[in-house]
Amino acid sequence: MSYLEIRNATKQFGAGFIALNGVSVAVERGEFFTLLGPSGCGKTTLLRSIAGFNDLTSGEIALDGSNLRIVPPHQRDIGMVFQDYAVFPHLTVFDNVAFGLKPRKVPAAEIKTRVTQALEAVRLGAMAERLPAAMSGGQQQRIGLARAMVINPRLLLMDEPLSNLDAKLRIELREEIRDIQKQVDIATIYVTHDQEEALAISDRICVMNAGRIEQVGTPQQIYGNPQTRFVAEFVGTLNVFSPGPALDGMLGQLGLTAPAGATWAVRPERLDLAARGGAPDSVAVLDGTVTKYTYLGREAQVQVETPAGLIVVQLANPGISATRSTGEAVAVLVPRDAPMAFGADGVRIGG
Amino acid sequence: MKLAGKPFDGWSSVALVLTGGYLFMVVWPLVAVLLSSVTNAQGFSLDGFATFFSSRLYYGTLVNSLMVTICVTVLAFVIAFPLAYFMTMFRIPGNRTIQVLILASMMSPPFIGAYSWILLLGNNGIITRWLKDTAGLEAPSIYGFAGIVLVLTLQLVPLIFTYLMGAWRTLDVSLLEAAESMGVTGWRRALKVIAPLLLPTVLGGSLLVFVRAFADFGTPMLIGQGFRTIPVLIYSSFVGEVSIDRSFAAAVAVIVIAVTLGVFLLQKFIVDRRTFSMTALRPIEATRLSGWGGWLIYAYVYGFLTLALAPLLVVVVSSFRNTLYGQFVAGFSLKNYVTAQRDIWRYITNTFSIGITALILLVIVAVLVSYLTVRRKGALTGTLDTMTMVPYVVPGLIIGIALITAFSQPPLVLTGTFAVMVLALAIRRLPYAVRSTTALMYQFSPSIEEAAISLGASKSRTLVQVIIPALAPGILSGAVLSWVTIITELSTTLFLYNTSTQTLSLGIYAQVIRGQLGTAAALSTILLVLTMLSLVLLMRMPGGKEIRV
Repeated sequence: MSYLEIRNATKQFGAGFIALNGVSVAVERGEFFTLLGPSGCGKTTLLRSIAGFNDLTSGEIALDGSNLRIVPPHQRDIGMVFQDYAVFPHLTVFDNVAFGLKPRKVPAAEIKTRVTQALEAVRLGAMAERLPAAMSGGQQQRIGLARAMVINPRLLLMDEPLSNLDAKLRIELREEIRDIQKQVDIATIYVTHDQEEALAISDRICVMNAGRIEQVGTPQQIYGNPQTRFVAEFVGTLNVFSPGPALDGMLGQLGLTAPAGATWAVRPERLDLAARGGAPDSVAVLDGTVTKYTYLGREAQVQVETPAGLIVVQLANPGISATRSTGEAVAVLVPRDAPMAFGADGVRIGG
Repeated sequence: MKLAGKPFDGWSSVALVLTGGYLFMVVWPLVAVLLSSVTNAQGFSLDGFATFFSSRLYYGTLVNSLMVTICVTVLAFVIAFPLAYFMTMFRIPGNRTIQVLILASMMSPPFIGAYSWILLLGNNGIITRWLKDTAGLEAPSIYGFAGIVLVLTLQLVPLIFTYLMGAWRTLDVSLLEAAESMGVTGWRRALKVIAPLLLPTVLGGSLLVFVRAFADFGTPMLIGQGFRTIPVLIYSSFVGEVSIDRSFAAAVAVIVIAVTLGVFLLQKFIVDRRTFSMTALRPIEATRLSGWGGWLIYAYVYGFLTLALAPLLVVVVSSFRNTLYGQFVAGFSLKNYVTAQRDIWRYITNTFSIGITALILLVIVAVLVSYLTVRRKGALTGTLDTMTMVPYVVPGLIIGIALITAFSQPPLVLTGTFAVMVLALAIRRLPYAVRSTTALMYQFSPSIEEAAISLGASKSRTLVQVIIPALAPGILSGAVLSWVTIITELSTTLFLYNTSTQTLSLGIYAQVIRGQLGTAAALSTILLVLTMLSLVLLMRMPGGKEIRV
């Protein structure tokens, strides 16, 4: 039995909209577990039903073997970090963090040491007596983090905690969250729509779409071995080949087969470019012409018109010699293990 | 029972109790008025309405009221718009002080304006006598239609001005610059860009002016003389100098509510389709004025300010003049204060005890109602919200009548009690208090509350330790504003008081009617000082910078 078990969670809002449609997941002790998906996929609904802010229509939630749904939200002992920080504007940083310790009847002296420690952990030790109103978003979220951790909750929930911060701070704070979580070793459920963030921070990722789970796995499994077309497209980018003789020829060359009606796709960074006619034997070749070249610093994206459709090739560390001009004739190199096939239902074939 | 999918909890009980209270204290009394308007001793009867429309003496008051109200609404806008435009677009020396003074003149008791104009232009007024003595001229009379329009317009310009200033502040400079870059400038820009953006505010402010002018009782009562408006008709038929006809008074009250409600719905219909929310990243910056145009603008702004403040100044000065049998005579002293000191003391004590009790009730109910309507959207809380807004379209005089109608016979007799005064004032101010608290509540992120709950705080603890303290600055400044309107309220309590519950504003009214002008001036001065002190307090409060009325 896992630490947190959710079985057949279903949530219906009003008459028509089903936010969660029979979701089952299990989270282990100390695990950093991320719910990833586009807005409206049900990830926040699931998180909020664990916190108790909205109840499920049906299904079970068990934490450490006991039913969580019958416990009122304020007795669940679950720490939560919010997207808009939700710091108490009328309390100092110290009192914000101490807020959860008072209903727990922690002695004053212990409150002092625990709050001080928590503030040190999020590097706010020097700001204990300030009011949060004038503090930056990053600092306010650090208060939110310290406040949720200091009560030693049984579970830590984070609802897109970094999405209101600027890009640089987002990366910095996500590293800190990751480090602190490993130190305190509290099972954490993290909600985000940012795939890069999910890959960087998680032990395991659960990709959700339209109220259902698409795939659960480690970051490597999710990115490298997506089990549905939705996962492959949402986590990373995907070239989809147009069906036709060119695709059939390429598959034949690679010795790949799949049932009729399957969709073939490939990630841009698995492809390479060569001058026409200069390809090694182990890969398939699609001849085409460059239609667009986008330079992005550490990578470049080359859009190539081929008989199998418009294909984007991603080149790492592009030097000046890698620059392609529009109209240039090139060959797209497709390694044998790069193409993925998806059935009509979007499920991966032979992954 | 479920509220918006939430389980039944403490908040659901609060919603039920509040709804019950509203049904009993607000809705039932108004229904009682409606019932009494269609019944007489024999049973169902439309005699009240028939009487009203049968005689010019009666329906003429409605015509009079509409004439006054429409004139005041249009004039107030015509005067206030340039005022707000100049104050926003140009640098006027003393800008902040001017705004505070205009606010002060708006918050001053409405009937003091009327009373002060009697002191200036009345039969024995300062200007009247001066004109007669020096030039032998007959001064224009303050009594009648023109006088009422003058007093109400001066009183209500600040109201719509405050609204307009608020709207200007949300107008971003880039909107004006964008119009300019497309070649739309000057009057065309004012008409095509600024006017449509300000329209919802203008209509909202005008509605308020309309409702206040239509329902105003003190001004036409004091200076209307032969020119009777509909609130005066209600009053006289209800207190009945000749005969008391409550069924008739109730019928007139129903007609008044119908008119106000109609205007309210019309305004809502127009505004609802044109509302947009704007926040100015770069508010309009005032430019420096020069030349003749500049002087004209200064003259306009300072001229209005003088006209608005003059009545208040006159009252204060008059309070130190000597009086004989209630009329002013030569010389200055403190006699007006000294001779009436026992009454004055009683009025002040009542004002504070009744006012503060009403305020506490008001704040508690407003916080609970706004919490429920913002956080617990559902059928029950929707009904509660609608019921809260009911007194908004019901003039104060009619609230008084409704409370008498409902609670003057057993099992519950409230007339003449302290409780009914408190109740009437709280009911009267609730729509305004609920609206401002609701605006605060909408700005308050629900996750702050969820954070408290996830940290182990129960619902009641969250309310007391998080929601209320976090909203305290806004709630407090709203409370000070409510306090000012409570102590200056006249018409709501006019039918409900007796000598042991008479407040300052009721005292002023009684003294003016009795012809004790000196005592009235002294009481008015005290009330003005109290009002100004409250406003100064408000300005110094952290949440008091943005005044919402």
